[in-house]
Amino acid sequence: MKSLRWEEDQQEKGPPSRKHIQWAAILITGVFLVLFLRLWQLQILEGETFERLSEKNRIRLRRIPFPRGIVMDKRGQVLADNRASFNLMVVPAEVEDPSSTINRLATGVQLDSHNSVSLVSQARKKTPFRSMVLKEGLRWEEVAWVETNRLELPGIWVEVEPRRHYPEASKAAHVLGYVGEIPEELLRAWKGKGYRVGDRVGRSGIERSLESYLRGRDGGVQVEVDAKGRQISVLQEVSFEPGADVILTLDMRLQEVAEEALGDRTGAVVAGDPKTGAIFAMVSHPSFDPNLFSEGISSETWKSLTESKDHPLTNRALMAQYPPGSTYKIVTAVAALEEGIITKDTPIYCPGHYTVGNRDYRCMKKEGHGWIRFREAVIQSCDVYFYHLGHLLGVDRLARYARGFGLGSPTGFDSDQEKPGLIPTSAWKKRRFGTPWHAGETVVAAIGQGYDLVTPIQQFVMISAVANGGEVMVPQIVERVVDADGRLLASFQPRSQGRLPASSSTLRLLKEALRGVVQDPRGTGQRARVPGVEVAGKTGTAQVVRMSERVRERKVAVPYRHRDHAWFVSFAPVEEPQIAVVVIVEHGGLGGMEAAPIAQRVIQAFLQLQRS
Amino acid sequence: MGGEVLRTHRFLKDSWPLLALVAFLGGVGIVSLYSAAGGEEAWSRPPIYLKQGLFWGLGILAGALVAIIDYRRWLDYAWILYALCIVLLGAVLVLGKVTSGSQRWLSLGPIAFQPSELAKWVLLLVTARHFQSKETALGYYTLRDVLKPTGAMGLVALLVVLEPDLGSTILIVLLSVSMLILAGLRFRSVLKVLGIGLLCLPVAWNLMAQYQRKRIMTFLDPQQDPLGAGYHVTQSKIAVGSGGLLGKGYLQGTQSQLHFLPEHHTDFAFSVWAEEWGFVGCMVLLGAFLLLLFYGLTVASRATDTTARLTALGVVAFFFWPVSINVAMTLGLVPVVGITLPFISYGGSSLVTSMMALGLLLNVHTRRFLF
Repeated sequence: MKSLRWEEDQQEKGPPSRKHIQWAAILITGVFLVLFLRLWQLQILEGETFERLSEKNRIRLRRIPFPRGIVMDKRGQVLADNRASFNLMVVPAEVEDPSSTINRLATGVQLDSHNSVSLVSQARKKTPFRSMVLKEGLRWEEVAWVETNRLELPGIWVEVEPRRHYPEASKAAHVLGYVGEIPEELLRAWKGKGYRVGDRVGRSGIERSLESYLRGRDGGVQVEVDAKGRQISVLQEVSFEPGADVILTLDMRLQEVAEEALGDRTGAVVAGDPKTGAIFAMVSHPSFDPNLFSEGISSETWKSLTESKDHPLTNRALMAQYPPGSTYKIVTAVAALEEGIITKDTPIYCPGHYTVGNRDYRCMKKEGHGWIRFREAVIQSCDVYFYHLGHLLGVDRLARYARGFGLGSPTGFDSDQEKPGLIPTSAWKKRRFGTPWHAGETVVAAIGQGYDLVTPIQQFVMISAVANGGEVMVPQIVERVVDADGRLLASFQPRSQGRLPASSSTLRLLKEALRGVVQDPRGTGQRARVPGVEVAGKTGTAQVVRMSERVRERKVAVPYRHRDHAWFVSFAPVEEPQIAVVVIVEHGGLGGMEAAPIAQRVIQAFLQLQRS
Repeated sequence: MGGEVLRTHRFLKDSWPLLALVAFLGGVGIVSLYSAAGGEEAWSRPPIYLKQGLFWGLGILAGALVAIIDYRRWLDYAWILYALCIVLLGAVLVLGKVTSGSQRWLSLGPIAFQPSELAKWVLLLVTARHFQSKETALGYYTLRDVLKPTGAMGLVALLVVLEPDLGSTILIVLLSVSMLILAGLRFRSVLKVLGIGLLCLPVAWNLMAQYQRKRIMTFLDPQQDPLGAGYHVTQSKIAVGSGGLLGKGYLQGTQSQLHFLPEHHTDFAFSVWAEEWGFVGCMVLLGAFLLLLFYGLTVASRATDTTARLTALGVVAFFFWPVSINVAMTLGLVPVVGITLPFISYGGSSLVTSMMALGLLLNVHTRRFLF
């Protein structure tokens, strides 16, 4: 190493010294020697083996798809699991003549042969050795046919893939959601999480919100194959990891009762534990069969689902926003009592209408309630009484209490899908329409009409807060998540959004009045009575359009789309609440007539299930 | 004027072996890329071998710029360049948060570049600069003497590992530690530096987001991603091995032409070369790299001051680690981490900074008599 000779004119003796440089030279030489030896081994000693492997690249990579986690109700009933599905796979390079092979295939398998030929021909140029799906969800006869004719079908094989299956079909479909091929925007958003084009992911409901738990990891196997694509040996295998199982707080027996009670009516039911926010049942009707999506939905079915006027894919419990109607009187009542505007004994006169400016606002009872106090006003749902309270409160104070109840923003149940609703304030109206707020609009807002919009899940939070003594809970539906080794990954923890701005005496007064709505002979919600237990509730009849006197008195038929929405919010037993139930029937008419009986059936079933 | 001519003359006389080597590597790189990109059927517009040609142009300009300005001037500005580099790396991380993917690129108008590449070059300067002003009476340095360059390395490594770019992080740490050792850090202290580094790992681990940890786990244990790295190594070994003694011939490599080889124009560029040119081609290419490294050692041994010597050795380390790790990776000797082969793999940032490092080497070499 003449070149490393220390220069004579070298003066300084500090490091890096000659020794350092020599050590570096030795290290470099050593490492390169290792590389040379390795190249010798791979290219000279084992060169022939590798040449054989590369000849028509004999190494295939086959995916072993993972099964998604199972979803169960709280008693362990399976709501979503997996079934074997068979995919027709092809390795384009091994297909000797695409058109003849595909035509041969088409005699035993239903196939768009023209399309498939061009697909395979294209892939032969671009990615000849990457296996691709030719057809998903083969029928059993087709699988048998392919397997028996395998020798005549070089490059063709059948992959077994676990496919999502929902044994209960359309029951609780909105809660569970469905899985489908990953859309491009998610592929981009989840970059780096290992998703590939064509992967199936949760698209709504639990499937979507718990995607990270339900998803497992694909396994893979490297196999050596012969020239016809037949497997000779397995070089390396990595097994898949199944996704984690999810147990819900949902009780399928109660869910079924609620679905039956709602029947064919369009609407939603939410039932749950008012103390913890755990959901027992969540119904949205009309529903859909999530199995359609796992099987690869046809474009016509997809179109009919998404373009239907009934919006079957929409989970009305979370996403539909309705005027709260008289159920909103709960908010107005709490606000008025807390702000000292009334006491329980303050009498207000109801002549059957209320005048603001030059406009009259009707009471639901045309001839009026006369002098009326707090309890009676709630029980009989006197509009004039609450117009008056609203007028004294003003819209902004009312909105503050509504927000205290959790209205006007998502509850946190499922932030991806929930709608926020709307609680108007004067500032909001200025922003939105550029016009000032009118006193008449306050009066209307006080009985839950006008701009106010709420979702059924928000109503559940609202009535639960009244029932549990003022805790505004976050509704939740996941009891626990357990991975394949039985490790607990997540479990139910009650979460509070905050405290209701109401004293315990106010809540006691309100609860007593709500008990009266059901139990009192003059109550509007008597149809929710359950033998042997005291139920509290509030009816609501939400106007869709303003109606004339004649229509109101049912002298002419009202078109379906213009009929009122029927609300009922309730909890039971009054003293030690165990269940809160919210019912909305779209265009159902009177809340006390249409919605209350549905709540009644759910409460009764719940208590029976508890006893058994 | 006469002096200028004389200098140019001497510059060429001194540096022609290096320039010839670089020209050879550049030729190999472009020829190999042309093959990797699928011969005539270029899938990228403009084709990547043309883009790489453009990067070579930029690299030659950048290398010349570095070579022309006295290396002592570069060392004077080392810490300012370092600060700039930290800002760029920080900017990358902030942008990375927006997209939640691995973000290594910084976009400057039409040009996108990887500050982590530049960071290696700047770290080389900073380390050399540190010892320029550090006298040692003992003949060696202790841990206290190298706190500054070690800290500088730590910050860069932290920012890069968060991107996360494990390959660059490894290179940054290796470069820095090699230079500290060559600068005369006591062996005992070297062990301490490595020990502290190991102790810092859990802290950094805790600072990371879940997805970053997951990605690093996949990096460290490629078997976790059965469809990814494990398969890549098998295919790379087949490519190299099937090349045999003389190779399959240019544009005849079935492994890369048929797209078995992943990343065949970046991380696995060596496999493409090995398949088409065989054992002989590999000897020639590795021989060229070996010559380059020994040229660097020669420059170091002829340098007249310690700073120049350390700078030259830094350049040697700058090339030694990625070359040896990348080749070992394609031969299945070490796990697959994203480390590219200098001059051969496709990539502008890497090429330009490599040329800047060569510029530094020439700089030191041609100025060895000038005080």
